This record gives sequence, C-alpha cells and structure tokens, in this order.
Amino acid sequence: MSTHDTIRATTAGLLAAAVAFTSPSLAGGQQKLLNVSYDPTREFYAEFNKAFAEQWKQKTGDAVTVQQSHGGSGKQARSVIDGLEADVVTLALAYDIDAIAAKSGLLPAEWQQRLPNNSSPYTSTIVFLVRKGNPKGTRDWDDLIKPGVEVITPNPKTSGGARWNYLAAWAYVLKRELGDLSKVGNPAFEQETAAAQRRAQEFVAALFQRVPVLDSGARGSTTTFAQRGIGDVFLSWENEAFLAINELGKDKFEIVVPSISILAEPPVALVDKFADKHGTRAAATAYLEFLYSPVGQRLAAKHYFRPSRPEFADAADVKRFVKVELVTIGQVFGGWKEAQRTHFDDGGVFDQIYKPK
Amino acid sequence: MQNEECRMQNAKSGEWQVMRIALKQHSVLPGFGVSLGYTMTYLSLVVLVPLAALFARSASAGWGRFWAAICDPRVVASYRLTFGAALLAALINAVFGLIIAWSLVRYRFPGRRILDALVDLPFALPTAVSGIALTAIYAQGGWLGRWLEPLGIKVAFTPLGVLVALTFIGLPFVVRTVQPALEDLEKEMEEAAASLGAGRWQTLRRVILPALFPALLTGFSLALARAIGEYGSVIFIAGNMPMKSEITSLLIITKLEQYDYAGAAAIAVVMLLASFGLLFGVNALQWWVNRRQRVGA
Repeated sequence: MSTHDTIRATTAGLLAAAVAFTSPSLAGGQQKLLNVSYDPTREFYAEFNKAFAEQWKQKTGDAVTVQQSHGGSGKQARSVIDGLEADVVTLALAYDIDAIAAKSGLLPAEWQQRLPNNSSPYTSTIVFLVRKGNPKGTRDWDDLIKPGVEVITPNPKTSGGARWNYLAAWAYVLKRELGDLSKVGNPAFEQETAAAQRRAQEFVAALFQRVPVLDSGARGSTTTFAQRGIGDVFLSWENEAFLAINELGKDKFEIVVPSISILAEPPVALVDKFADKHGTRAAATAYLEFLYSPVGQRLAAKHYFRPSRPEFADAADVKRFVKVELVTIGQVFGGWKEAQRTHFDDGGVFDQIYKPK
Repeated sequence: MQNEECRMQNAKSGEWQVMRIALKQHSVLPGFGVSLGYTMTYLSLVVLVPLAALFARSASAGWGRFWAAICDPRVVASYRLTFGAALLAALINAVFGLIIAWSLVRYRFPGRRILDALVDLPFALPTAVSGIALTAIYAQGGWLGRWLEPLGIKVAFTPLGVLVALTFIGLPFVVRTVQPALEDLEKEMEEAAASLGAGRWQTLRRVILPALFPALLTGFSLALARAIGEYGSVIFIAGNMPMKSEITSLLIITKLEQYDYAGAAAIAVVMLLASFGLLFGVNALQWWVNRRQRVGA
C-alpha cells in the first residue's frame, strides 16, 4: 500500500466513523417520547418509563420508548425554548415551565390547571443532610448560623433547588417572627410583616455568609458535601438527601428535618406544539396521567418523592417521610413570578447579600 | 547615523515588495480565486455569522441596559479574575512549557515518548473531568490539599484554584507550538555560537530564544485564548463565590438562567472584544519582533 492509499483509506475511515456516530439511529414503527426533566429525577424516571411502556403496550398494542434528558431545570427549560423538541417537560419549578409558555408559546399559559395538584404528581421538600452523629447539633434553621457551622447549598442564581433552600429559610424566619404565616399579605399586619421580612433578609444573608462554595447545581453540591467532605450541613432536596445516604453510605450521613420547610412542587406539562408535531399527544398525555396512577405514585414514593396520593404507595416508603409543616410558595411569596423578581433576578435581594460594602 | 537610515530604507523597500506581491496576486500556485472564495465562505459560516448574531442580540437590549450589564461590580470583578488568571496562567505555561519542550526535544531518556504523549492529555480530557479531578486533589483533605492546608494555602474554591485549572488546560498549547520550532533549530547554530566565543547564557539569550520567540508567542496566545474562554474545568474548582471567585463565563450562564439573553450577550461581547484586543496585541508584537529580526539580520 502506498502512502497515498493509506491517506485515502484513513480519511475514508474517519469520515465513515464521523457519519456513523453522528447520525441518529433509525428505528421505525414505534412512537418516541422525549421527557425533558431536571437533575434529581434521573433514577425515578428510568424506572417509571419502563413501567409506562409496558402499560401502554398492554392498553394499545403499540410500542413506545421514552427518552430522557436531565440537567439543571433552568437550562433544560431554555433548551426547549430554543427548540429541543420535548413532548413533555417535568421540571423543578413552575417558573421554568411558565418561561417556556411565555417565551415560546409552545404550551398555553394556563398549563398548570390542566392536571391535578397544580400539575405536580409528586412533591418534595428541603431537608438538612448532616454528618453522622450530627456533631454540630443541628436541629433547626437557627442552628445554621451558629458560629463555626459551614453550610453547603448550590447557587440560587443557577439552581432551582437552591431557590427552594433560600425561600425555605426565609419562610422559617417569617414564621418565627410572626407566629402565623397567614399574617403575610394581610394589610392589618403590614408593619409587623415588614419587620419580619427585614429579619428574614438578615437571616438569609447570615446564612449565605457561611457558604464556602456555591456550586451551580444540586448534584455538584452533593459531591462537594458528600465526597469532598466540605461543610457541616447540606441544604438538599429530600430525595437527593436520601439518595446520598443510600449511595454514599448510611454510616456517614443522617437527615435532619427542620421544624418548618417549603412545599416544593415540581410540575409536569405537555408541550402541545411539539407533541402535535410528532403526533404523540395521546401517548404523552397518557404518560403524564400515568404519573398520578397507583403505579406512578408507588414508584415516586420508592424514589423518595412525596406522593400526592400516599394511599397508593407502599406504607414502608411513606413512613420514611417525616411529618413537617410545609409552606407553599403562593402562601408566603405570592407565587414564583413574584419570588423570582424580588429575590433572584439581577439586583434582587439575593444579589444584595454579596454587594461589596 | 548612516547605518540607521540605510536600515530604514531597507525596511521600506521590503514592505513595498510585500505589498506589490499582494496586489498583483501573481502566484505560481493555481486556484487562488477558488481557495480565497472557499476560505471566506467557510470562515463566514463558521465564525463570522455566529459572532454577528451575538452582537445583534446584545444590541437588542439598548445602550442603557447594555452598559448596566457590563459595568455591574460583580461582572467587573469577574473580568479581573478571568483575564488576570488567564494571563498569569499563560505566562506560567510559557516558561514551563518551554522547559518541557526543551527537555523533550533535546534529550533522549527512557520514558520520553510516554512523557511526550502525556502532554496532550489536558487537550483530550473532557474539561469537566479535569475540573473534578483537580478539585478532588486540591480540596481540603485531598491528596495535595491535605499537605497545603496546614501551610495556610487554600487552592480549591479560591482564585488560586482558577489559576491551577487554567495552567493545566493551557500547557499543551505552548509545548506543542514550541516543539517543532526547537526541532528545526539546528544544533550547529549553538555550536557556531560557542565556537565564536559565546558563553552558555549568551547563546541562550542571543541565539536560541530569538529563534524560538515567535513560536513561544503563538503558544502563549493560544494558551491565553483558551484560558479566557474556559468554563468546564474552572467551574468545579472555583467555588463560584460572587466578587471573589466567579469567572465571567459563569456570569453569562447565570444571566441565561434568568432568561436574560441580552445581558448574557452583552457580557459575551465584552469578552469577545477584550480577547480580540489581547490577541491583536500579541500578533502585533509578533509582527514587530519578526520585522526587527529580519531587519537586524
């Protein structure tokens, strides 16, 4: 073989490899759904998708494969806005799906009313993950700002989970100061509420002063806390906390449930325009409804999401969830749009914490 | 004095010649028109169109918001970190990359080929992997972090960590650009210098370094450009504390998370212009050095 032939053969080989690796596999005759989701649902949807495919085959005789995409909730929403053709989205906050509706018109603005429980088939909350034996004696939110305690949380600017952390801490102070959260938004208690809001801002600022690393997403923070051994308390999604314990060692961490936390409602929605384009509306709708079915609820509880219908889940799974007072974002913060604007947008309350004095 | 004038004239006539060639476009090689057209189309599609879109996007915000986005104290702090760390990392790489290239080219020792292959690793490794690996090593309790901590040196989650990551990813650029130049540098030149009575230091400074300088400068600017744009590896080791260890790319991502496309594009435009300015400066320096060398010779 001459050099010339070798060059030609190599080039042809490289080209063939490039084409083979980049072209999509061509499977025919079956429906495909794309579920664009956020980070901590990976394990849950892996199992749920199989169960759905079986059920759909039994019911209709058609094969369906569900493809998953995971990532930070905001980033995923942006991908859909920019043209990632998701049939359904299952994200961390309603704000992100609102953004899809508002910026791309791919689904109607009132999407959240289309499914039960604000379109959240399962809920979660924010808990504390501490090191075994709880050496710093962390019991509640106040303990987080004790001297010598380091707190791990992702950056609320980039992580949906971190926004829940921040708001949960805020809600705790309001409750502590006011005693009754129904005073928020009631004109009769306006002054009292304003004072409490100031205390909440001070508390959250003090809390974030104790954060040595701001990872961009929840999984990154889990690694920082669990594998790098940094920090004393990790503010975490409840399901992430359970996962960290199961994956990384029961003998290393324990979960502390504070006196009050926030009801995190990760919503799901059909992306109408893309589903219609793919002709998958029926399957996609059935997929979302299946989340509310006994099978879906059982699997959600198995993967540490709080089921909206606990009666369908295994009693043993449900027992793992500690009862805790949960406030909703509508109740205290006037909904996501308002919370985002006041707290997390540029120049908002969160940015004030890091303003140089 | 006469000498000086003579030199200037030489330089001028040299310039003229270059310009004449460029204008007449006569070349023994055929296909100039086709290849120029192809180059322009390709560059436009791959480079110019996306950049133009970026500028258009940032303009959509209006001047006031554009200005507010790029002058925010937090953003300014991130410019300082990004460009400062990138420059420093490129300088470190220029020095140590040169030494590595020198050892690899000039000496024969067992394991040389393996070392040579190792240099490319930071190229091939996904940046996120390098970031995670570096963080694991330098974090408190990590292999190196454990020993540095008692000395009061914190690397991971500080600006120093950013510097370490940028040095890591930039190394191959310097080594790989200097290596061929070193190989071309004939040993006879050094021997000639020595036989003409030059000491080792003089040979290095007067013979070797000037010959290597253009390649070194190219390597430096490549390492610099890469470091300015780096995201993946830095994000894990930086700690991302506002005002302290946030790089500019992270702020762009942050803006995107808030669906503030115009603000993100505005910061990107600043980075683009600054990078362009830096690279332009490096190229101008290179051109100046080349000319001085040619004229001097």
